[in-house]
Amino acid sequence: MSSATTSTPGSATTPGSTTVGGGSGRRAGPLATDLRTVRILWRRETVRFLRNRARLVMGLAAPLLFLFVLGNGIGSASVGLGHYQAFLFPGMLLMVVQGPAVAVGTVVMWDRQSGFLRQMLVAPVRRGAVLAGICLGGATTGALYALPVLALAGPMGLPYHPRLLLVLAEVVLLAFALTALGVAAAVCIRRPETFQIVSGLAMAPAMLLSGALFPVGGLPSWLGAAVLANPLSYGVDALRRTMPEPDTGVPTPAWFHAGPQWWGWTPPVLLELALVVIPSLLLLVLAGRRFARID
Amino acid sequence: MPGDDIAVRTEDLSKLYGTREAVVGLGLTVPAGRIFGFLGPNGAGKTTTIGMLCTLLRPTLGDAWVAGAHVVREAALVRRRIGVVFQEQTLDQDLTALESMRLQAELYGLSRPAARAAGTALLGLMGLDDRSDGVVRTLSGGTRRRLEIARALVHGPRVLFLDEPTAGLDPQTRAAVWEHLRLLCREHGLTVFLTTHHLEEAEHCDRIAIIDHGELVTEGSPRELKSVIGADLVTLRTDDDERVAETVRRSFGLSTETGPDGVRLRAPDGAALVPRLCAELTVPVRSVTVDSPTLDDVFLHHTGRTIR
Repeated sequence: MSSATTSTPGSATTPGSTTVGGGSGRRAGPLATDLRTVRILWRRETVRFLRNRARLVMGLAAPLLFLFVLGNGIGSASVGLGHYQAFLFPGMLLMVVQGPAVAVGTVVMWDRQSGFLRQMLVAPVRRGAVLAGICLGGATTGALYALPVLALAGPMGLPYHPRLLLVLAEVVLLAFALTALGVAAAVCIRRPETFQIVSGLAMAPAMLLSGALFPVGGLPSWLGAAVLANPLSYGVDALRRTMPEPDTGVPTPAWFHAGPQWWGWTPPVLLELALVVIPSLLLLVLAGRRFARID
Repeated sequence: MPGDDIAVRTEDLSKLYGTREAVVGLGLTVPAGRIFGFLGPNGAGKTTTIGMLCTLLRPTLGDAWVAGAHVVREAALVRRRIGVVFQEQTLDQDLTALESMRLQAELYGLSRPAARAAGTALLGLMGLDDRSDGVVRTLSGGTRRRLEIARALVHGPRVLFLDEPTAGLDPQTRAAVWEHLRLLCREHGLTVFLTTHHLEEAEHCDRIAIIDHGELVTEGSPRELKSVIGADLVTLRTDDDERVAETVRRSFGLSTETGPDGVRLRAPDGAALVPRLCAELTVPVRSVTVDSPTLDDVFLHHTGRTIR
């Protein structure tokens, strides 16, 4: 019956007389296969991004509106908040990358719904590599969104300093983390409607309590605790500490850099980044497991 | 392990969802290079079976080999050797036809030039040359279906699985899809394993397995299956069905059924019987129809109900 079932994997290289397409091609090692899978999925994401112009415009419009209208409005309403536009800058960067991250999550949701992912599941590739490729694609599109915002550093009162390149690198990292979060949510949630509600409900307070829109130093203790528990707080703070000092001629006020503190200790920038990236990577691995499971 | 001339073989293949039996003790042998139809009403377990054969579902019991590899123990090997077209559409709406082909080809390990070449060649084979730069979103349903079939073939699989391949297609497109499938089998030795609940579609297959309530009902070529019925269906519309039934029973020794559409009886060569029948009958006959057995009759014969 089922005794003699071993077949040499090498036999797959000879599809024999039944080849219609290009044959089974080169056989690469597992790592090379994973990297190839990541590259293919990454390319798919970027192609889709560039093809969808409407999404591109919408993704940029909202943050820029915030930056100019809110930044100018609050900045001119109060003399003491002269640095407000520069203060808002890292928050806006996070906001532009959050858009594509949620969008990629939504795409994964619909891909699952539409069956595109099933097509991936029957391909001889690792499912984790598929997810990693999708997340890298999200990170890249996020970074592309961030570029025009970064270009506006000057009008926001920030000098064009090489440190902005470091900021861009951090943005890529944060975009990857946020996309991973979005994809993990999309894999774990079954219905697209639920996903939309969850992402909407989660993102609004996460942005508000991250120090992106106002300094979080003087908040009541219970809100302060929420800020400390919010991974985005560390992302915003890392960006703000990495970006160049505003060059307005007046000294930067103390509230400007009042980021999250642990019992009086300010975590270093690298730790702050790790606090965003590592939990989302863990979630992604869990999601990958769930995604890979066959019933 | 099955040899090269066997594309798919299952032994006692079963899938249970809790206590619900989706597929029970399925034993199938699908010869290579043929079109194999898996026929059954909706919910009979066709898609579950395809899921197990494509390594997407783990069988609860039993074994299955596809293209010479075991679906659980050698899943990666099976995946490399099969192409799958799912019931629901699985194309990426934002890519062009050629991009879809290349993505799939590269995913299966083809180099970029090879992927482009294979993609272009298969688009040509499926009659989609002029659509290769069309974005999927803008393509018609039939074109998309053909594109999906082309995509499933781009890495040169030995077995192509199609779940309800022509569902929702107009008759013209359906005929075109069938023409392409037959060409692929004939010229490239591909094995096609498809599910359908369309009887007309099953007629095109070289072999058919009929499944109902998760169990294999019968298997064979359409001709073989219909020969089991062995007889044509003769339906008579008369002024007095009772008398006709009586005469047929007495003079020809055939049993009849009387229904709203008249008297029905089965005879090996129905057309030859009609003149003799009419000569015997004293009751005025208004119409006579002779139907050769259909797969629906086969289904009815084995399960006691019609497939529709």
